[in-house]
Amino acid sequence: MTVSIQTQTQARDRAAVNVGVLPIVSAIAAGVILIYFTGFAQASQYHDSAHDTRHTLAFPCH
Amino acid sequence: MTARLFASALFAGLVAGLIAVLLQWSLMEKLILEGEEYETGNKTHFAGVLVINEAQEAANPAAATAPEATPADDGGEDESLFTRFSLAFFADFTSFVGWALLMVGGFAIAEKYGQRITRKDAILWGVAGFAAVHIMTGIGLAPELPGQPAAELELRQLWWVTTAVTAIVAFALFGYGRTPVYIAIGVALLLVPQLIGAPRLEGYSGMAPPELSGEYVARSYAVAFITWVSLGVVAGYFWNRLAGRNNTALPA
Repeated sequence: MTVSIQTQTQARDRAAVNVGVLPIVSAIAAGVILIYFTGFAQASQYHDSAHDTRHTLAFPCH
Repeated sequence: MTARLFASALFAGLVAGLIAVLLQWSLMEKLILEGEEYETGNKTHFAGVLVINEAQEAANPAAATAPEATPADDGGEDESLFTRFSLAFFADFTSFVGWALLMVGGFAIAEKYGQRITRKDAILWGVAGFAAVHIMTGIGLAPELPGQPAAELELRQLWWVTTAVTAIVAFALFGYGRTPVYIAIGVALLLVPQLIGAPRLEGYSGMAPPELSGEYVARSYAVAFITWVSLGVVAGYFWNRLAGRNNTALPA
């Protein structure tokens, strides 16, 4: 975050907003993990719980 | 920034998950349950299915010989439907929070390059998400009723992920790429998985009637489209709304 504070003024001048890379990476990683468990994980408790949703949302399912 | 990303994804995923589960419950569940009647052998619709019934009997005699022993008919139907509904809501909510996290991650990347996400942009992001995750993957792997035979799961999952990811990158290049080269790379990314082709079985041996499958597929796309556009709109709304609470003020 120190880096983002330092470059904030610069960023505003370019009409770009200062966004740290780490939060973006964590959001995307968290998204991938959630989608993995609801759509792909084959352990039966995940598969059975998400079964109808997997079919509705057209994830490849059994 | 982290709070803004996660909060807007959570709100968007909650709204989209709610819409998804209501649509799933009103449009899809009856068809899924009916598909399962064919899957378990409780119902058949065509002489050719008899072969599959024999295989089913060999693999699982209880299901084939005693239809009343299958979960749908065990007398606890209400409870089982309630459980299914709760699980469906949880799964819809979780997966759309997941997609929302990817989407707002994309918003943040766009913002990093000085692109503000307007309401119209947010709608387009939703449409693009639907197209990438459903249309492009659907070319090779159509939505399936339970019990529809298909190629090996891991291969289909691999093709599905490759196709969805390349399509997301391609649409980002179409939307934000500044030169024809980006567009050309995007087109190539869309084409490659389709040219490789999805894993498929030879021949057709589905147990459910084709009409049921057709209806199922059409509704699956409708549910996905409505949900994805809502996801885009709500994610965009909260993304902009929560901007003021951080020091990352948006350009007016």
